[in-house]
Amino acid sequence: MQNQYWLYLIYLLASVSFIVGLKMLSGPKTARKGNFLAAGGMALAILGTIFLHQNEEGHLIGNYGWIFGGIAIGTVVGWLSAKKVQMTDMPQMVSLFNGMGGACAGLISIVEYKHLHDTASTGAVITILLGLIIGSVSFSGSIIAYLKLQEIMKKTFRLPAQNIFTIVLLLMILGMLVMTIMMPAMFHLYILLILSLAYGVLFVLPIGGADMPVVISLLNSFTGLAAAFGGFLYDNQVMLTGGILVGSAGTLLTILMCNAMNRSLMNVIFGSFGGGNAAAVGDDGFVGTIKSTTPSDVAILMKYAQNVVIVPGYGLAVAQAQHVIHELEELLEKEGVNVRYAIHPVAGRMPGHMNVLLAESNVSYDKLVEMEQINDDFSKTDVVFVVGANDVVNPAARNNPASPIYGMPILNADKAKTVIVSKRSMGKGYAGIENELFGYDNCLMLFGDAKASIGKLVAELKEL
Amino acid sequence: MEIINSVITFFGENIQIIYILILSIFVGIEVISKVPSALHTPLMSGANAIHGVVVIGAIIVMGHAEEGNWLAIILGFLAVILGTLNVVGGFVVTDRMLEMFKKKK
Repeated sequence: MQNQYWLYLIYLLASVSFIVGLKMLSGPKTARKGNFLAAGGMALAILGTIFLHQNEEGHLIGNYGWIFGGIAIGTVVGWLSAKKVQMTDMPQMVSLFNGMGGACAGLISIVEYKHLHDTASTGAVITILLGLIIGSVSFSGSIIAYLKLQEIMKKTFRLPAQNIFTIVLLLMILGMLVMTIMMPAMFHLYILLILSLAYGVLFVLPIGGADMPVVISLLNSFTGLAAAFGGFLYDNQVMLTGGILVGSAGTLLTILMCNAMNRSLMNVIFGSFGGGNAAAVGDDGFVGTIKSTTPSDVAILMKYAQNVVIVPGYGLAVAQAQHVIHELEELLEKEGVNVRYAIHPVAGRMPGHMNVLLAESNVSYDKLVEMEQINDDFSKTDVVFVVGANDVVNPAARNNPASPIYGMPILNADKAKTVIVSKRSMGKGYAGIENELFGYDNCLMLFGDAKASIGKLVAELKEL
Repeated sequence: MEIINSVITFFGENIQIIYILILSIFVGIEVISKVPSALHTPLMSGANAIHGVVVIGAIIVMGHAEEGNWLAIILGFLAVILGTLNVVGGFVVTDRMLEMFKKKK
């Protein structure tokens, strides 16, 4: 019995480490320590379980070979893939790991159902089945999200009458859940599993790139919930607190992300960008003419400016231009130009993604300014340099109610004296809509690959 | 009726755990309510690693699987691998993101 009490103490410490760790993760100074703390708590909880856990009959954990083997494989593969992934591919990696957790929860449910379904109470069976459903949805959804972000699966796919289909599928899952509770059978469980996996796929398929982070965050909180159901089943406090903590924090985080785009969660899930609305925008077409410029002109413009604001977007990351943009910033600073970066809440593929990429190339943290802080300064800015961003500076979000991004908070780059847009071609942004900014009088286009363009710009600046 | 009874029995028998559950929900919301958007991704990734705690369930399944119960052993083994992937990968990826936030001067 003493053993169990030690384990309880360990679980308590681990739960506290998760809570304090999450708290520390939400401040830039303490974040890294917070992550270590939570990882330490997790290691303690895992080791404690292996050596001290007893089941109801008082048996200790067995099958050590299998357990340590599994942990060894998971650790090596997880460690290596996390270490070697490119910073730009981070979001899909998070999604993939999330899917693994969901699959883990689903597998546990299958085994436990087979083990318990004729002896367990109805409550326990419901817990097992809910863990199965949520874990499987999270697994298949995360894998689809991974495939889409990795661009293995390129198209956004929407069934005709998708929403009706989804609702029917949900009802089928619910019906099957009731049936499996009333008439326990492995066969019913497998049908439930297949339906849940299908739901996860359908849930993520129609969602467009810009909304992906929101979906990953939502699936993340689903997995948390699935872990919590496991905790309920085993009367395991650390699984319960850890799972619920992630479930609720993840849900809040999802809502915060939606707020940053000024969209509701329902809108993200049930309506997708570019669909029916796109035609309405296309009609408006372009006002004004597109003017292109050269690196040497831009170099002169920037050298004699007082304030320059750089607006980085995902295109910057794709072109791997984060290092060369830092070089540009340093050169300009030497000339006495005040250079800052304006970070839109959804710049990059995920909130905060752009900060990570720029920090990687040694851009100082205080040069990165969030949207609310910098938006009023644009009217006092001489040059705004937009690199690989598009929708986040599209004035249509402010003044065209027909636009699908209408209402999304944007960076008021158009208010600056001059806007330089570095772009590969006249292609559309992620949301697939025209950007009227490009036709404005104060806007100049610098066509070409971002890295090459900025490289030329840096060379010109050195010459001057 | 029998089902409703057993659900309420389940509720009564697990009342403490239900309390933990409700309070944890509020803790989760409170803990991240003031996070700057720059930290959304690392925070999501850190939370992602924490739900890897589900691996403990996999260890319990595996550890109490009887000899010869191959379904439990194979699925349990797979679950341990996947759960560990979630934990280790999650924490390491988060750390790599946060490494970038060092103060430079």
